[in-house]
Amino acid sequence: MQSALQRTPLYAQHVALGARMVPFAGWEMPVQYDGVIPEHLAVRRDRGVFDVSHMGQIHVEGPTAHTLLQSLLSNDLDRIGDGEAQYTLLTNERGGIVDDLIAYRLTAFHYLLVVNAGNRSTAYEWLQERELRGSEVRDASDEYALLAVQGPAAIEALGLPGAAPFTHALGAVGGVEAMICRTGYTGEEGVELMCAAEDAPALWDAIVAGGATPCGLGARDTLRLEVCYPLHGNDITQDTDAISAGLGWTCALDKDFTGAKRLRRVRDDGPERRLAAFVMEEKAIPRQGMTIEGGGEVTSGTHSPTLDVGIGMGYVTAGSSAPGTELVIDVRGKPRLARVVKKPIYKREEA
Amino acid sequence: MAAAESYPEGLKYHPEHDWARIEGDEAVLGITWWAQDALGELVHFEAPAAGGATVKGEPYGEVESVKAVSDVIAPLSGEILEVNEAAIDGPEVVNDDPYGEGWLVRIRLSSPSEVDALLDAAAYREVVAEQ
Repeated sequence: MQSALQRTPLYAQHVALGARMVPFAGWEMPVQYDGVIPEHLAVRRDRGVFDVSHMGQIHVEGPTAHTLLQSLLSNDLDRIGDGEAQYTLLTNERGGIVDDLIAYRLTAFHYLLVVNAGNRSTAYEWLQERELRGSEVRDASDEYALLAVQGPAAIEALGLPGAAPFTHALGAVGGVEAMICRTGYTGEEGVELMCAAEDAPALWDAIVAGGATPCGLGARDTLRLEVCYPLHGNDITQDTDAISAGLGWTCALDKDFTGAKRLRRVRDDGPERRLAAFVMEEKAIPRQGMTIEGGGEVTSGTHSPTLDVGIGMGYVTAGSSAPGTELVIDVRGKPRLARVVKKPIYKREEA
Repeated sequence: MAAAESYPEGLKYHPEHDWARIEGDEAVLGITWWAQDALGELVHFEAPAAGGATVKGEPYGEVESVKAVSDVIAPLSGEILEVNEAAIDGPEVVNDDPYGEGWLVRIRLSSPSEVDALLDAAAYREVVAEQ
């Protein structure tokens, strides 16, 4: 049932820039242009632009939209007002994570959810099947493009005013109307710009012409792993819970939402396993699926371009999850030492 | 700076994208331009120990980029005399100069006749063209 890969409105831009295109979650996406390392470092030192139009956009609208989302999402939507956004989880009855997403509050009766590309239909169907009278769930993913401009110089280079993280406003960038969101997946300052699909090439071209380095999914992955943002499908899944994953802060356990009861039990009993971040102590690169001695598994691993060392995250027994604990990772048959570190693995120096 | 695509004459090639420079009863081994380009910027060379052996057609080490890991296949059998420490310390040298500073190991050939079965540059270019 291999179906044709989808292409974003920026496919021609990627090809013209010499991107290496790869299949990702049903999409043909740029994994790199000049190279993962220079793209990664551009974002840490200056700025880069990513096409993340493969991500899904779901509108939830109506008088009961808030009630519906409060019952399905882990975080407390009452903590945000119009023009604000929140990282939150769509949870199942077992406390597992159907998807992690950002909920943007447009009005008290209208929310926009940005979901992972690979979970777009799952999340949409999950919400749609649970619709209340007075709430409408609509998958609008094909109407939008999403560009992330990230890095310490990103905001100024776009000529945008400063704004608090996790806020959003309508505005224009490069002459293109966009929803300007102070969100991202790199650990740097920056914005995510949501625009009409047909406007995306003009927006992209303006940002690249302004000097932002085009960055692919390869750099997106190394950037997010350095700052320990979980990747759904790797670090968090329908079979892992938020507490064990260290995402308890996204769970308002004083409200009722799907799986809350189970999550309260995990919190009270203490999780058996925890998602730990680690740095290799020997020259070796951890990879997803490698075994961690004592009953653990690497869920994400790579070479950190900023720190020039192997880094990763993985589930380990709760007793082995404290920073400083030595881990032994089976790197294709060779035991390699790593050490648990406090998250994030990399933290931006405050100016 | 990544090197431009090239497959020098005078080297012998294995279809698994490895090259050998024959020097008497010794050979210097490395990976081809195509191999390093397919992997991207190398960040790790898991090297064998000097004194060990290579067996033709079998892996003798691994090279890794940010995204991927690949076995390095021996084009020839022999005793490993020397490992390129520069490629261990800074694997990007393999991207910069895959046939020069980015060599991987030097071996003493145990079956010199194996050389006859390797490809010349023209034949290897045909392998690359089919990828």
